[in-house]
Amino acid sequence: MSKISIKDMDLWYGDFQALHGVSLEIPKNQITAFIGPSGCGKSTLIKSLNRMNDLVEGCRIEGDIMLDGKDIYKSTMNVNSLRKNVGMVFQQPNPFPMSIYNNIAYGPRTHGITDKKQLDEIVEKSLRGAAIWEEVKDDLNKNALSISGGQQQRICIARALAVQPEVLLMDEPTSALDPISTAKIEELVTELKEKYTIVMVTHNMQQASRVSDQTAFFFNGRIIESGDTRDMFTNPTKKQTEDYISGRFG
Amino acid sequence: MEETQSKFMQKSSKRKIEQFGRTISFICIAFIVLIVLSILYFVISKGVSTFTTDGVSVIDFLFGDIWRPGEVGENGEPLVGALPMILGSFFVTLLSALLATPFSIAAAIYMVEISPKAGKKILQPVIELLVGIPSVVYGFIGLTVVVPFIRSIFGGTGFGILSATIVLFVMILPTVTSMAVDALKSVPRHYREASLAMGGTRWQTIYKVVLRAATPGLLTAVVFGMARAFGEALAVQMVIGNAAMVPTDLITPASTLTSILTMSMGNTVMGTLENNVLWSLATILLVMALFFNILTRWIGKKGAMK
Repeated sequence: MSKISIKDMDLWYGDFQALHGVSLEIPKNQITAFIGPSGCGKSTLIKSLNRMNDLVEGCRIEGDIMLDGKDIYKSTMNVNSLRKNVGMVFQQPNPFPMSIYNNIAYGPRTHGITDKKQLDEIVEKSLRGAAIWEEVKDDLNKNALSISGGQQQRICIARALAVQPEVLLMDEPTSALDPISTAKIEELVTELKEKYTIVMVTHNMQQASRVSDQTAFFFNGRIIESGDTRDMFTNPTKKQTEDYISGRFG
Repeated sequence: MEETQSKFMQKSSKRKIEQFGRTISFICIAFIVLIVLSILYFVISKGVSTFTTDGVSVIDFLFGDIWRPGEVGENGEPLVGALPMILGSFFVTLLSALLATPFSIAAAIYMVEISPKAGKKILQPVIELLVGIPSVVYGFIGLTVVVPFIRSIFGGTGFGILSATIVLFVMILPTVTSMAVDALKSVPRHYREASLAMGGTRWQTIYKVVLRAATPGLLTAVVFGMARAFGEALAVQMVIGNAAMVPTDLITPASTLTSILTMSMGNTVMGTLENNVLWSLATILLVMALFFNILTRWIGKKGAMK
C-alpha cells in the first residue's frame, strides 16, 4: 500500500520549471531512494513532501501529493502537523546549539509536552531508535555541536524521531560523513524501515543499491525510471538509467 | 645547478611586494596604537593629578555627593564629589538601554524573520537615517518637544533623567537595532529549517531557536548601545538640566559625567584643581568605555558556538 502518492506534479521556481509531470508511489515501510545527477530535482521533490518548499519564494506546485489519501497542498492542511508526521533529516548535520537532551526534547516540547518524565522517556527512546543512546547516555547535557559529525547526524535522526513521524525524509544524509559513520547510518536506516516509511536522496549509487527497496531515477526534472531497486540496478529498462548507474555520466 | 640554486635562493618580486605591504600595514597599526596609548596616558595622567597634586582622596572623589569645584568644605577638603554624575550617567544609560532593547529586538525580528522585504525597503533606510542625525539635532528636538512634554505631565522643569532617557532611547535605538539585525542574520538558516521541519511554528522557531542562537550577538548589541548612551554628551547636556546633585527622582534636573564635562571645560584653567578634576571625570569615562569594550568581547567569546 502506498504511503505517499504523487500524481502529475509540476513545480516551478519563478519561471523555471524544476519538475515535469512527476508521478510516483511511495510504499509504506519501505525505503525509496531518489538518485540522479545534481540539479535534477530529487531534493526539490523530497522537500515538497513536507512542504519545506513553502519557504522558497516563488515556488509553485501543480498536481497532487497525497499522504494517506489526503492532499497535503490543500488549504485546510495544517502544515505544522504535516511536518510532524513527515520528518526530515538534512544533508549537513544540523543540531541546535544546545545540549543533546534539549535537541531531542525540542520537537516534543514544541508540540506541547512539558512533563519531565515523559520527555525523559521520549529522549531515551528516540536516541535508542537512532542507535546512539549507548554513546551519549552519559553526556546528555553536553553541547550537541561538540560531538562528531556522524554522531551529530544520528542526533538529528533521533530529533526527527522524537516527534513520532510516520515518514522520514532524508536529503543526502551521509554525504558529509566518513565511511564508518555512513555505514552506521545505513544500518540504522534499514532498521528504521520497520516502523517508518523512508525516502532518501542519495548521490551514492552503491548506497541506493545497498539500502533501498525502491529506486527512482531523476534526470532534468523528470523521473526517467522507477521501480524495484534490484530490478533497476541489474536490468534497467532505459538507456539513460543504465548509463547513469554504470557511471557513464553524472 | 649553480644557476638554479641561486635562482631559488633569490627573493622573488612577489615576496618583495608582500614585505612592502607588510611594512606599511605595520607602520599604520603602530601609529594607531601610539595615538591610543598617548590619549590614554594624557587623560589618565591628568586625571590622576587630582589625587597626586591636589591631594583629593579617591574615596572622596568617587563617593562624595557634593560637586562644587573651587570651594572647600568645612574640613578644608575641596568639594569635588563625582557621585551625582556617576549615578546620573549610570541611570540614563541603564534606563535608555532597558527601554531600547525590547523595541530594537522586536524591530530586528520583524526585519529579519517576518518581513525581510519591508525591512530592507523601509526600515533599513530609516535606521540608517536615524544613525546619521547629529546628536545636537536630537538634543534640540529633546529640548523643544520632550522637555515641555515631561513638564506638562509631571510638572517641574521638565529637565532631568527621564528626558535624557527618552532622547538617548531614540538615539541608541538605530544602533542597537542594526546590530541586532546582524546578530539574527548570522543565525544559520539550517537551524530555522530544522525547527520548521519538525513542525515548529514560525513563532516557536524564532523564540526558541533563532533568539537563543543569537543571544550573544543581541547582548553585544545592547552593550554597544549602552556604551553609546554612556558616552553621549551634547544631547544629554541639553535636556538633563545639569544640576550636580545626587538624583532622587527622574524628573528633577540631574547631570552626567559627559554633561558636566562639556559644561565646565571651557571655564577652567589648565593645571588647577577645577581643571584636573574634569580630567578625572574623563578618566572614569575612559575606564567605562574600556569596560564596555571588554564586556562585548567577553560576551562574544563566551557565547561563540563551539
